[in-house]
Amino acid sequence: MLKLDSKIPGGPLEQKWDTHKFKIKLVNPANKRKYSVIVVGTGLAGASASASLAELGYQVKTFTSLDSPRRAHSIAAQGGINAAKNYPNDGDSVYRLFYDTIKGGDFRAREANVYRLAQVSNAIIDQCVAQGVPFARDYGGLLDNRSFGGAQVSRTFYARGQTGQQLLLGAYSALMRQVGLGTVKLFARREMLDLVVVDGAARGIVTRNMVTGEIESHVADAVILATGGYGNTFYLSTNAKGSNGSAIWKAYKKGAAFANPCFTQIHPTCIPVSGDHQSKLTLMSESLRNDGRVWVPKKEGDTRRPEQIPDEERDYYLERVYPSFGNLAPRDVSSRQAKFRVDEGRGVGETRMSVYLDFRDSIKRLGKDKITERYGNLFQMYEKITDENPYEVPMRIYPAVHYTMGGLWVDYNLMSNIPGLHVLGEANFSDHGANRLGASALMQGLADGYFVIPYTIGDYLAGSKLPKVDASHESFRAAENEARGRITKLLSVRGNKTVDELHRELGKVMWDYVGMSRNEAGLKKALTEIPRIRDEFWQNVRIPGEPNFMNQELEKAGRVADFLELGELMARDALHRTESCGGHFREESQTEDNEAKRDDEHFAYVGAWEFKGEGKVPEMSKEKLEFERIQLATRSYK
Amino acid sequence: MSKAKKINLTLKVWRQKDQNEIGRFETHPVKGISTDMSFLEMLDHLNQQIIHAGGDPIAFDSDCREGICGSCSTTINGNPHGPDRETATCQLHMRRFEDGQTIVVEPFRARAFPVIRDISVDRSALDRIIAAGGFVSVSTGNAQDANAIPISKESSDLAFDAAACIGCGACVAACKNASAMLFTSAKISQLALLPQGAVEKDRRARNMVAQMDREKFGNCTNTGACEAACPKGITLENMARMNRQFTSAWLTARVR
Repeated sequence: MLKLDSKIPGGPLEQKWDTHKFKIKLVNPANKRKYSVIVVGTGLAGASASASLAELGYQVKTFTSLDSPRRAHSIAAQGGINAAKNYPNDGDSVYRLFYDTIKGGDFRAREANVYRLAQVSNAIIDQCVAQGVPFARDYGGLLDNRSFGGAQVSRTFYARGQTGQQLLLGAYSALMRQVGLGTVKLFARREMLDLVVVDGAARGIVTRNMVTGEIESHVADAVILATGGYGNTFYLSTNAKGSNGSAIWKAYKKGAAFANPCFTQIHPTCIPVSGDHQSKLTLMSESLRNDGRVWVPKKEGDTRRPEQIPDEERDYYLERVYPSFGNLAPRDVSSRQAKFRVDEGRGVGETRMSVYLDFRDSIKRLGKDKITERYGNLFQMYEKITDENPYEVPMRIYPAVHYTMGGLWVDYNLMSNIPGLHVLGEANFSDHGANRLGASALMQGLADGYFVIPYTIGDYLAGSKLPKVDASHESFRAAENEARGRITKLLSVRGNKTVDELHRELGKVMWDYVGMSRNEAGLKKALTEIPRIRDEFWQNVRIPGEPNFMNQELEKAGRVADFLELGELMARDALHRTESCGGHFREESQTEDNEAKRDDEHFAYVGAWEFKGEGKVPEMSKEKLEFERIQLATRSYK
Repeated sequence: MSKAKKINLTLKVWRQKDQNEIGRFETHPVKGISTDMSFLEMLDHLNQQIIHAGGDPIAFDSDCREGICGSCSTTINGNPHGPDRETATCQLHMRRFEDGQTIVVEPFRARAFPVIRDISVDRSALDRIIAAGGFVSVSTGNAQDANAIPISKESSDLAFDAAACIGCGACVAACKNASAMLFTSAKISQLALLPQGAVEKDRRARNMVAQMDREKFGNCTNTGACEAACPKGITLENMARMNRQFTSAWLTARVR
């Protein structure tokens, strides 16, 4: 059993972070340059952390598997970023943002972490504006806000439908400023193949240069993983093609605990699958639900065109079931409702596997120009993909895998149970519980990178006595050899199936049994199917080419090999959690009207899994969730 | 625009193992392509075919496949990102092509973008231009309230239009001089239009332009090919703004 000490500071909720910041150790400015920190990943969390740590004076080495740090998948976030500014004067506050986030996560996140997130949210907006992020403004020149799911106030700041892009470019520019100053050393097209632990502390990584194939060791005093989520376990998701879980999986196998792996967010508004060729799914921002109305025909198997179906024969089911939140019900709830409608035979489109998101009424109310101003780029993207004009016919949408709330376990300082290994952003598990609210991922990524890790890493570095280590240390040698051995093994299989074919097989099992709705029999089936595909992978995968050139099949193969292990852990975690909560819906645990039924008595904890060796069953430890301030309540959006 | 659901094509694809090898075109027939596929899904399909036939698949960069990360760097029938206006390769769909058509697929070509393999090129020169000045010199933690300085909606919208650049490099590939003016001017414009960035606009213009020259991008002869190829609709207006900025920076500089 692991001893999981969350290190939540004492004192009242509102003062925990301030007290903690005062109590933790500092590294004096002249000493900071003696410490080196590795940051893996350049999305919002990684880029903001790299820049902020370098500004403080640390020597930073930053890694990305892409050709430029600006391409990290945070770039694709569309809708916005939450903050408790209360500019619209509609009753928002730090406490309300905290409460909405905890409730949105179905009471499976830590109070103290979430409160801190809400506290620093306002500083993030200030920071981004100072960097030149062009947020939407009104005619008075002040910042504009919009609403998002799971909230009854307008607290979302946005930059058209490209908020993630603008925030990432802000963080990227801060990072590149440091690169120019020589305080950050940037390594692009490098993939982390292993974490190196020396005397129990994280001291570096082993990478592959994706252009030359060279295996390299990098040493530091602390390692930060900001490598995003593992939604691509499902093959089809809204993640980028290159998004993967390998860095955190390698850390897990080196002893880091993996918390709540089964908590996956299925986003309700994505463009539906069009055929077997599909390589990924495209999200349509949740912000569209501000002005779009979701509906299906009342009649089963109604094949009329949408405009031929009169209003009284339409079922605006979100407005019907959740009158107070309506089309802005949270993501998990909206996704499940869409699935119910399709399962009832009331789905629309050629495949009958989608529902309508209709702008007819808001175009009538606001005019086409206003809708274009708000969502123009999204409408354009929709039309490019589907060849249908959403100004004239309703969009067709269906849920798709989008975000993973689970991730490596971290304490209040964002450090894993391996000393020195810090985990930020989507890669950790900490703030979203069992369901993330819209516009909160950007907030968390930047909170972690700009405003949490710069303080907490100092406490670790000042409080540790780290021996001098270089890349010739046996732990680095061993990790390098292991990485080389695995590449040789992958290339020597020379089987008959491609990496993509095997990944699709895994994805299908994950979607069918570990997807939007889960049950015991299905999860047990997944637990036999996934190892079967994994065995086939190692006996029958075909990876052409050589190790010492750019080899994209080899890159993919390494990631899929890890997904084939991670998927099994997700199924195992889902099987053990017999309650329903947030995005985790166990069919055995639902109310009479099909809402998720939580079981606080037995499951108000974080399930953190520990690797026990190849072929061995992992062991779960529990971190009990203590709620000092809020009352656990049934989450209702009715 | 093809009305058929499935089409057959002939692809002529640039193959080059690494920077040192001399490249060549390779011809591949592809059959039964769904017109709902994106261009990159068509390349995925071809790659599966090549792997099963025992060959080496075509290397190409792609990541988000939503037209926003700027990874794709494909020149299609001579046009960076292909025939559609304001569309990155990943958002180009096969319904745009005719049954029986031959398509030539090459990397973005420029002296400053060496080929890494096949369609994949090294665009790190663009990152170095940003590192030379494409930022506001503000460190984390000392920002004032976001609403302290009102910014007119017009300036803010113009800044956004410039900030929409995805850094793909299509402008460079489209330019007969392989100039990076459109890319560089988009960042200079965005930041100069906002009060937060205006403070250091002179320094920024000089430093970024100097870096652009060091990276061996060509000069601008105002053909406008960059604007036509840009998947995000970045306009030549930004270049006019950059030139004004750059000139005034030199004329008014206290230190040269």
